[in-house]
This record gives sequence, C-alpha cells and structure tokens, in this order.
Amino acid sequence: MDANMITPFVNAIQNVFSTMFQLPVEIGEPRLKTDRKATHDVSGIIGVSGEMVGSIVLSMPLEAANSVVTLFAGTEFDTDSADFADAVGELINMISGNAKAEFQRKAVSISCPSVVIGADHTIAVQSGTPCVLIPCTTDCGEVVLEVALREAEAEVSTNTSAAA
Amino acid sequence: MKILLIDDSKTMRNIQKSVLKQLGYTEIEEACDGQDALSKVGAFNPDLCLVDWNMPVMDGLTFVTTFRKTDKTTPLIMVTTEAEKSRVIEAIKAGVNNYVVKPFTPDLLSERITETLAKCSSVGS
Repeated sequence: MDANMITPFVNAIQNVFSTMFQLPVEIGEPRLKTDRKATHDVSGIIGVSGEMVGSIVLSMPLEAANSVVTLFAGTEFDTDSADFADAVGELINMISGNAKAEFQRKAVSISCPSVVIGADHTIAVQSGTPCVLIPCTTDCGEVVLEVALREAEAEVSTNTSAAA
Repeated sequence: MKILLIDDSKTMRNIQKSVLKQLGYTEIEEACDGQDALSKVGAFNPDLCLVDWNMPVMDGLTFVTTFRKTDKTTPLIMVTTEAEKSRVIEAIKAGVNNYVVKPFTPDLLSERITETLAKCSSVGS
C-alpha cells in the first residue's frame, strides 16, 4: 500500500479526536497486519468503494472505547447499548470521511458504519488487500486504525452475449 | 424557531441538540434518515433543517432534492463528513444554504446556524 495512503488517516484521527473532544492522539509506527483476528474487542467498520476498495476499522479495547465514547457523547453508556455502538460508528464515520477528502480521488464512497463488540472476533478483508495497522496512544488507552485499501481493478468486460 | 435534525447517529443528533439549546433553540424534532424527515416536515413545519449526507434508507442529498421540489425557502444546512469540494458544490446545487464538515466545534456549528438564519431572513424580508 502506498505510504501516502496512511497519512490521511493519521491526520483524520488526530483531527476528529482533538476537534470533537480535545483528546490528543500520538501515532506509533504503522505495520502490516498479518492475521484476521480483530486487534481489540470493539471494532467500528466502514466499507470503501469506487476507485478505491476495502475497509477501515477503528479497533479499541472495551475500556478505552468506553472512555472515548464518554468523552465524545458527554455521557457514559452501557457498552451493550445501541447508543454505545452508535457513538463508535460515528467516530469511524468521521475519521473515514475526513481521510477520504485527502485522497484526491473523485469517485470514492464510504458505507454507513457497522460496529462489532466482543472478544476474539475476526474481520474478513478481501484477499490481495494489504491491511496496515496504525497504533495510536491516547489518555484513554491504545486505539488502533486498520486500513485495508487497494486500487479498484479496471472493469473488464466479459460480456460475450451474441447479437440477436 | 423550529429545527429539524436529520442524522442516523443519535450521538450526533444529541451533540447538535446541545449546541442548539445553548443558542436558545428548544423546539427541536429529530429524524433518523431522509425518508423519516420527509414524513415529519409536513406536521412539524421546520424553520431550519440540519441534514447529514450518508444515511441508510434515504441519504441527505436525496432528501434535499425531494424537499426543494415543494419548499424553496426553508434554510437547510448540510452537516456531514463529506468534505470534498465537488460534494459541497453538489449539495449547494441541490439546494442547501450552508455546509458544515464533521468534525466541527460547537462554535463553528453555532456560527454557521446564526449566519444561515441571518442570510435567509434578509433574503426573505
């Protein structure tokens, strides 16, 4: 994956966390993720389609997620509640949208977010798509951004239907 | 002043609601997508709508386009993660009066709301 693809996500998580709840984010050394197991117990997931395809995941330990969500929403939610999942989803939505604006590509869309909570869940990534893990340190604990993106393949016409 | 908040995220609606209350606006209705909003505008008759872009069922741009077929004047502010210039132009062409990119500070949202209401009331008067 092009290293330039990582910078927008670094900028985005720092921008979202500092603007919405004044939480500084220190970025660690990005590395390739080699297994499908979720890094932490809470995953906010966004799909990317268009000229780029793949997924972006905000992965947080439950305790860190609870602290981040409390700062963001201004109130503490039960981690089993729909409100908690909603807040995690909105965070990854803002991070992805912010990063997307720096892609300089016209036709990239992001999906509505999904949130998975639970120990040892796995997140499938399309084969052939490298996943870069960006570790981030905050006062709420470690959070991780997982960026699995690649250029969309040019559509090849396989239409062999005979003329009527 | 009646304000309709249209966003699929309850967290985001609550954040916006808190900004609106600080500005003194308390008559607030909520909708979780464009279709929900269209079903509420008739009875609620808002004076301002804050609209997210990416929502399930009906997105914000489709809401704006549909709403503007029958209502040319009610101020609409798009509040969205879609930050590309092409998206802003698309939204303005569809009929939004102002645009706020998420993430935003309470001050920025307040500023855009105040500025939009002032501009629209001076055009209408």
